Amino acid sequence: MLKYILKRLGYILIALYLIVTATFFLMQLAPGSPFASERDFPPQIEAQLNAKYGLDNPWYIQYKDYLIDTVTFDFGESMKYKGRSTNDMITESFPISLTLGIEAMLLSVGFGILLGVIAALYHNKFPDYLASTIAVLGISVPSFILAGLMQYFIAFKLDLLPVSGWKGFQYSILPAFAIAITHMGFIAKLTRSSMLEQSSSDYVKMARAKGLGKWTTVFKHTLRNALLPVVTYLGPLTAGVVTGSFIIEQIFAIPGLGKHFVTSITNRDYTVIMGTTVFYSIILLFAVLIVDILYSVIDPRIKLKGAKK
Amino acid sequence: MTQNNLQLDKISKDKFKIVGSRQDENEKLAAKSVSFWKEVILRFSQNKLAIFGVIALIIVTLLAIFVPVFSPYSYREQLGIYNAAPSAAHWFGTDDLGRDIFVRVWQGARISLFIGITAAVIDLIIGVFWGSISGLAGGRLDNIMMRIADILSAVPYLLVVIILLVVLEPGLLPMIIALSITGWVNMARIVRGEVLSIKNQEYVLAARTLGATTGHLIMRHIVPNALGAILVTMTLTIPSAIFTESFLSYLGLGVPAPTASWGTMASEGNKALTSAPWRLFFPAFFISLTIFAFNAVGDGLRDALDPKLRK
Repeated sequence: MLKYILKRLGYILIALYLIVTATFFLMQLAPGSPFASERDFPPQIEAQLNAKYGLDNPWYIQYKDYLIDTVTFDFGESMKYKGRSTNDMITESFPISLTLGIEAMLLSVGFGILLGVIAALYHNKFPDYLASTIAVLGISVPSFILAGLMQYFIAFKLDLLPVSGWKGFQYSILPAFAIAITHMGFIAKLTRSSMLEQSSSDYVKMARAKGLGKWTTVFKHTLRNALLPVVTYLGPLTAGVVTGSFIIEQIFAIPGLGKHFVTSITNRDYTVIMGTTVFYSIILLFAVLIVDILYSVIDPRIKLKGAKK
Repeated sequence: MTQNNLQLDKISKDKFKIVGSRQDENEKLAAKSVSFWKEVILRFSQNKLAIFGVIALIIVTLLAIFVPVFSPYSYREQLGIYNAAPSAAHWFGTDDLGRDIFVRVWQGARISLFIGITAAVIDLIIGVFWGSISGLAGGRLDNIMMRIADILSAVPYLLVVIILLVVLEPGLLPMIIALSITGWVNMARIVRGEVLSIKNQEYVLAARTLGATTGHLIMRHIVPNALGAILVTMTLTIPSAIFTESFLSYLGLGVPAPTASWGTMASEGNKALTSAPWRLFFPAFFISLTIFAFNAVGDGLRDALDPKLRK
């Protein structure tokens, strides 16, 4: 187990190094400069700005500085918003994204499992068709389209919830749903098929035969085993929620990290791009590792040996 | 028990007769033998959702091919009627620059389908190549190749794609490169898994003893046998590529301005939602329909190919 975790940590470090390096060289190649929008700079000022951020150094010095920045996790001041450090931007906006992300995850896992269980229990009956249809629609309709439609019908036409902004709980409902719905569909599908597989197994028949009620059997026996595929989906779910936030925060004008990431890219704000990329990569890589470890804790049949799984 | 036996005694013996052994009938096959692929097609065609998916895809493809050719308007022509609601002249209405949305939706379909299918084909080529070599070679080479795949798949995919698109400047080709740069890993893993299970079977050994080259083995033995898994993965790659394309276009990283893409149309439509909701609805509907159709076909294929679900 320990050996496995160390090995995985090794991969994470290599992957991180690759991401960091790739980001650096891609940014070097990228056309445009962070100061391009303020065109009436005299060349001296531009040179001074470049000197301030170390952009006039040869690439290997910049690369070295950047690697040191990454290891110490200090990315310096934003090139676009003067006087704001990247770290401040991350610490300010990440809690917002985290709240939204956790809400979306709870929604997708909760409703996904519920739909899946209902569909499996009423296999090939009306509730199954209804739940499966909702799941399929959830998978097929992209989050950004759902967001637009919800803004139009629920917020604008019916005036039930605010259209956009971030001033309290009711502002988070629509965006959380928009992020959650695709994953909810996937989880429902996974739960349904693994519930169906489990419900024909001997131990479930045994539980039913000894007189346990339908729902007791589901919660005490079937669901426990049926949830394993759902646990594996938690890794991709984290990634999906994070990337989903890029677009959803844009649509709902939420001042989260996802929005910063996207605007930093269009602004060519190098320090912020690199800071957020490294930050996101760390979160995503560790999320996958934690899920894999969790998986072996939940299912004793799985032995973590090497990285093959 | 005793009661049962009593009743059995009551049945008179002359209700039975000896028929002797029937050798010819014993040897008869219970059902007509069908080839694997025939059965797959049969099972696939019984799946209503999958058939709906196939029909929807055919219709979308045909409209994408023919509408831009035969329409009186072109996708970039500004007609001077701004934000008009759907009508007989403009079935899906017009946008803020006075362009016909019906033509733009089908022009966009061309781009989305092209990107989706090309990305899937590139994934297929690299994936089959990588996966089969890795699986066949085994040992150290296999180890190195799979570790490379492991590390690549650990890299958060959308982050890389977004950063790549910043560098490459938005366009059709950069989009395809960005989509396939990490996309092939999944295919390579599946092919490798199939190769590992196939390569130790007797017929492959026989081919090897007869002096078959590795290339011959891959093309003639491995690929045909792994075809099912490859086909399913490919059909499921297309919708995710289409989704990613429209996602990136929505963020403004997609194909550049006058070209229509479903993602950019939806993004512009979202901004005009209160005044001209049809500008979001039509591209939104067709993105969702296409993604749904590919998913339905992929799921249907998987079920049809699964020998466990055989009836």
